[in-house]
Amino acid sequence: MSEYILELKKISKSFSGVEVLHEVSFALRPGEVHALLGENGAGKSTLVKIITGVHQPDKGEILLNGEHVHFHDARESRQAGIAAIYQELSLFPDLDVAENIFAGRQPVTLGGRVDWRKLYSEAGKLLESLGVKLDLKQKARTLSIAQQQMVEIARAFSINAQILIMDEPTSSLTLHEVDDLFRLVRRLRAEGTAIIFISHRLDELFSLADRVTVLRDGSYVDTREIKDVTRDDLIRMMVGRTITNLFPKQDVQAGDVALRVQDLTRAGSFYNVGFELRRGEILGLAGLVGAGRTNVARAIFGVEPPTAGRLEVEGREVSITSPQQAIELGLAYVPEDRQLHGLIPAMSLTPNISLPTLYQHARAGWLQDKSERRSAYEAALQMEVRANNIWQFARELSGGNQQKVVLAKWLSTNPRILILDEPTRGIDVGTKAAVHALMSKLAAEGMAILMISSELPEILGMSDRIIVMREGHVTAHFSRAEATQEKIISAATQNVTIGMTQ
Amino acid sequence: MTVQNPPAIRRSIARNGWLWTLIRFREAGIGLFILILVIAVTLRAPSFLTIDNFEDILLNISILTIVALAQTMVIITHGIDLSVSSMIGLVAMMVAFVVKQNPEMPVIFSVLLGMALGSVLGTFNGLIITFGKVPPIIATLGTLSIYRGLVFFYSQGTWINSFELPANFKALSKGTPLGLPNMVIIAILVAIVVYYFLNYTRTGRDIYAVGSNPDAAQFAGIRKQRITFLVYMISGLLSGLAAVLWASRFESAQTNTALGFELQTVAASVVGGVSISGGVGTVTGVLLGALLLGIIQNSLTLIRISPFWQLAAQGLLILIAVISDKWILSRVERTKK
Repeated sequence: MSEYILELKKISKSFSGVEVLHEVSFALRPGEVHALLGENGAGKSTLVKIITGVHQPDKGEILLNGEHVHFHDARESRQAGIAAIYQELSLFPDLDVAENIFAGRQPVTLGGRVDWRKLYSEAGKLLESLGVKLDLKQKARTLSIAQQQMVEIARAFSINAQILIMDEPTSSLTLHEVDDLFRLVRRLRAEGTAIIFISHRLDELFSLADRVTVLRDGSYVDTREIKDVTRDDLIRMMVGRTITNLFPKQDVQAGDVALRVQDLTRAGSFYNVGFELRRGEILGLAGLVGAGRTNVARAIFGVEPPTAGRLEVEGREVSITSPQQAIELGLAYVPEDRQLHGLIPAMSLTPNISLPTLYQHARAGWLQDKSERRSAYEAALQMEVRANNIWQFARELSGGNQQKVVLAKWLSTNPRILILDEPTRGIDVGTKAAVHALMSKLAAEGMAILMISSELPEILGMSDRIIVMREGHVTAHFSRAEATQEKIISAATQNVTIGMTQ
Repeated sequence: MTVQNPPAIRRSIARNGWLWTLIRFREAGIGLFILILVIAVTLRAPSFLTIDNFEDILLNISILTIVALAQTMVIITHGIDLSVSSMIGLVAMMVAFVVKQNPEMPVIFSVLLGMALGSVLGTFNGLIITFGKVPPIIATLGTLSIYRGLVFFYSQGTWINSFELPANFKALSKGTPLGLPNMVIIAILVAIVVYYFLNYTRTGRDIYAVGSNPDAAQFAGIRKQRITFLVYMISGLLSGLAAVLWASRFESAQTNTALGFELQTVAASVVGGVSISGGVGTVTGVLLGALLLGIIQNSLTLIRISPFWQLAAQGLLILIAVISDKWILSRVERTKK
């Protein structure tokens, strides 16, 4: 019996000629939480899919409990006791919560008939043990992203695996949900389960992981005991350089009011929201997932027009009923869900970037290829999008690079007011720093930025002023100087009993 | 780990009256439309609401129901099988030929032969789609022509007529030893089997999973290719069964048998609430969809719509049914929120 429950030796994998993993080794002990760290595109998700048999390695070997294994699909790895939460939410929108948990392995009677009663009762017990309150018969389509993530977690836990892989399980959970999840992970570890944990939130790794393996550009960098490394060490290992200033927001003299929102209401999602946003300013909009922040942004941008209230853009009262109109008024909105609202995954970079400015590249109604390509190329270059060429499909890019494409797209409209919804969710430290630097530069050039974020360090580090929402209402305003984590959390959670921890 | 259920959802869960239960059924809209149509037609033509007439409608929609159920399984995986009509034409011709040559053969053999031949054709579709990686609409558009072409090749352009077929074969569809015509009973049996298959077997549930989110299905260890292959094979098998019934009912096999029928099967599925984007669809819905198509066809004649107008009126009613269904559904969704 070897020391390791799972060993990967010199794994290499290429997709259509591009090597995404190069001789990566990785060893997992029973009863440890082993963090896998690396920038987007470093190959973590591919490594996970090789372990679970979704992809097969081109070279290298996998040992499970000291024996060679070769998984052809996820079913075989699951039977060997490996469960995974993948980075992409992977639920079945048309199936209900309970069936999503047991998809592909529904309990059956001796005769092979699906035992629905048992399925619902087991799903109910499972969610209860996880402390999650969800309607078992609700279709996954109607769940919020946080709820969907809970279902994914429940599914992985239901397998009673000896190895549990969690790829960014916390990216859309609120702080107290993360706490509860960590409690469960620690309990599993105590029971001897080996856990591979992937997260971009370094704080989480320090509080949860035992060891950490770092990948960079598809290659193995190092494996260390977490207690022997510092945050700066990890960042250096990940990016191969030192990032000194994660939040480079410069102080800018705020200019004229670019956007004034008064008593903005959309019945059912938010009420009497009011704020001013000045040129050169970054206004942070904080709150829990589901507090109505995104709805406010969507209302301002004309996606879901408000039912009451006033909007002023650069001193003029306006009523925005469509995104086209918002774009004409100089607004841009970078949505929270890149895959769903930000990108057209099956198109190449060029049309993705030129989409909102298509008319500028047309002469007498005919699209001028060259002008479209040139401006897309320049925008991609400016944003340092890491792609093979501008013909690459958007869906083939890593998360951080996708976000850069979305930003490039909206910046090409030359907006004066930029709304960013979770601008750095799920993207790596290096890209994150680049996005933050860009925001700071844009603000310095006079752009007015409204930033929605669930990450408190980002809110505190990047905002000139902060407003906090809870259950559809604005509950607090802070200046940069007076804001603290505790104040924001308390404003975001008043009357809600949760553990206030960070 | 408390995920907050938005208060509105809690409120709707509290709404538990029988009316709400009924309306929340996905099929409520189409059921309502059928009811209105039945009442309206009965007012114009009282002969509509008679047992004889309904037996006639059931007889007319039996074959449609069988093939629409197969089509539904394919559509749930986010595919489509346009070749069903040509499979029916080809199998009907081949089976009729064999029956003509062997008039003494027990009828059950012709049924089994039809299903076997259909399975082979369906398997071919499945291979092109899974191994050839051809999108279903293109693959089956191709075989739609190929199979129809084979009908001409096989029959050399000739028909097999009523007098060439033995009586027991002709009685297969229309005989009523159990009170209802055999064909209706066979359609009901197929519906029961498909219902059980889709709702109570893992494979059946996998069909929904694959259509709802193919990538997630792969992550969940579902063998996507196998499921895809299987639905096209089943589609061939049920088309083969339908072919035998068709030849028996119309007492002939012609080169143009079932020409254009594929669109009716798609219509019955879609009217019955099967989502063309996959993942959604119920047997009850498809039965109602086929019933609605049958009632429309039957009633247009009864209320003496000119035959020149019937096809257009049929299409119009189908559109009205789908639109009103969507409308009702969106109202229900809204009250749920």
